[in-house]
Amino acid sequence: MLLEVKDLHAGIDGKEILTGLNLQVKTGEVHAIMGPNGSGKSTLSKVLAGHPSYEVISGEVLYEGKNLLDLEPDERAREGVFMAFQYPVEVPGVSNSQFLRLAYNQKMMHLGQEELDPLEFNDYLKEKAKIVDMNPEFFKRSVNEGFSGGEKKRNEILQMAVLGPKLAILDETDSGLDIDALRIVAEGVNKLRSDDNAIILVTHYQRLLNFIVPDMVHVLAGGKIVKEGGKELAFELEEKGYDWVKAATK
Amino acid sequence: MNWSPTLLSRLTVHSSHFTVRFMAAVMETIYADAFKRFAASLDEPEALSRLRADAFDVFTRMGFPAVKTEDWKYTNVAPFAGGDWKIPDSPEKSAADIDLDLLDIFDGGRNGFTALNVAFGEFATLRIAKDTIVDEPISFNFTADEGSAHFPHLLIIAEAGSKATIVESYASASKSFTNTAIQIVVEDNAQLTHYRVQKESEEVFHYGVTEVSVGRDAVYNATNINLGAALSRHDIELKFTATGGEAWVDGLYMLNGSQHSDTHSIIDHTVPNCTSHQNYKGVLNDKSRAVFNGKVLVRENAHGTDAKQSNKNLLLSNEARVDTKPQLEIFNDDVKCAHGATVGQLEEEELFYLSTRGLPENLARNLLTYGFAEEIINKIGIESIKSDLDESVLNRLNVNLSV
Repeated sequence: MLLEVKDLHAGIDGKEILTGLNLQVKTGEVHAIMGPNGSGKSTLSKVLAGHPSYEVISGEVLYEGKNLLDLEPDERAREGVFMAFQYPVEVPGVSNSQFLRLAYNQKMMHLGQEELDPLEFNDYLKEKAKIVDMNPEFFKRSVNEGFSGGEKKRNEILQMAVLGPKLAILDETDSGLDIDALRIVAEGVNKLRSDDNAIILVTHYQRLLNFIVPDMVHVLAGGKIVKEGGKELAFELEEKGYDWVKAATK
Repeated sequence: MNWSPTLLSRLTVHSSHFTVRFMAAVMETIYADAFKRFAASLDEPEALSRLRADAFDVFTRMGFPAVKTEDWKYTNVAPFAGGDWKIPDSPEKSAADIDLDLLDIFDGGRNGFTALNVAFGEFATLRIAKDTIVDEPISFNFTADEGSAHFPHLLIIAEAGSKATIVESYASASKSFTNTAIQIVVEDNAQLTHYRVQKESEEVFHYGVTEVSVGRDAVYNATNINLGAALSRHDIELKFTATGGEAWVDGLYMLNGSQHSDTHSIIDHTVPNCTSHQNYKGVLNDKSRAVFNGKVLVRENAHGTDAKQSNKNLLLSNEARVDTKPQLEIFNDDVKCAHGATVGQLEEEELFYLSTRGLPENLARNLLTYGFAEEIINKIGIESIKSDLDESVLNRLNVNLSV
């Protein structure tokens, strides 16, 4: 098992948001976590990535059999956990390629593998940029600065491609995207999907799942998983709305 | 003997007052003797010698600025200014090409430093001929020997329709006193880019002033980088003299240890339809201290003025301190003005973002700090200077981007 979340209670500012969440993800699988606003989707993403403002009250998160919660966010990243942000942060003054090379080399250093110099890395980056159809012009620009919503999300997937995580959590990657941008981002994710990694898609809408077809759908409400099923569950949700699940759990 | 506490404290006040007066007298004697020797060696137009003598009189009257003066309340120059500096016996430059008309309008009476600068001035004039485009940057590099004072004074005239870039840099390697001035005239339709790089050793005492006048439809674009010196002060005074002028007066100060940096600027919109931009950033570590005082004046008839001013500071240590005071004084209604100042620390969300990409916290912090400073350094259009500054900044932050 790649990721095992057991009876997780967590929150922010003293408020419990996740109220006993369980989840199991195997390598090679794509899981969708769907839920209405306020159900705890974002909290789950942030707790898994290690956001310092969120606190875990009780429960366990095992990643490759080890306690993930013991690791700092940067250690988690170097161990292969990646989160694509709903609102990617702008980093003025630092170019995309500088940033990505630093991140890539940190990971290589950690794994005891060879680091790449700027020229070698540039070739590697160009190759990866094809996955999200990104113009190399973006390499020189400051990270996310002045990027449109769609460009920011593509940049997130480019980072995923460069870092090659074992577990990628895509937090509302579809939000704010028009249909063309959504298609490019989804195609990028599909190209990166493999038997060697797992992807968790966190989303409010079923729309994204037309493009990235999940193996499993989990419905989150009130801070825990209230319904699970195959990809057809997403269609059922789309049709009946979240009230259907909320009503069913009361 | 029985001293009452009141008497004792009164006596103490008296004696320290006496010490200050006494030191000032000694200091003035040092400069007075030096000026006597200096004046005796002069072989230059009478008018110039007279300017020097008058300026020295002003200095004798004013002395060095004291912290009780509003403009100097955060910057105490006493420990440095009164130092026993070696003062040149004669001016270095030949006097032949000095633009006396321009020198004559220099505000030497601004303070004791500017007065002293004129008295001992090592003047040099650069004229960029009408309608000439100079592609190569024109560089002025100044360094002082250990223990000595130097008094560079540049007179730059960008004649109508000309275009050029000047680089003014200071890099003394050991304890010394820089007292420098630059006067710049950007005539009608001329474009002047000005990089000022202060990378003195951290024992240097640096005072500098920049006086600029911007003519009709002229463009002046300045970037002032302050990385060095134990104590540095930069006074900037820019005046629009005809309509349609545009100016950038940007800068960065980046301080460590117990460095102190003070920037005072006045941007004076005296005429209609001019645009000014000022973006100053500061990065302060350890126990360093910075002062930013930026005044934008929009005079009564200066309608159509567009003025922006910003001063953002990043404090990397709890012991660092910045005093910032952006000021707008507007005497006309038909203007667009914006100003603001911030003092803050690195954003938690930015740090978290970088850490989720595998960067250790320290590297993430330093990279964000570098990015903060880069906004100013990136303006520099000369690759050799830019990469040199990049390296200085990265070295300070211990970041290696070429890994």
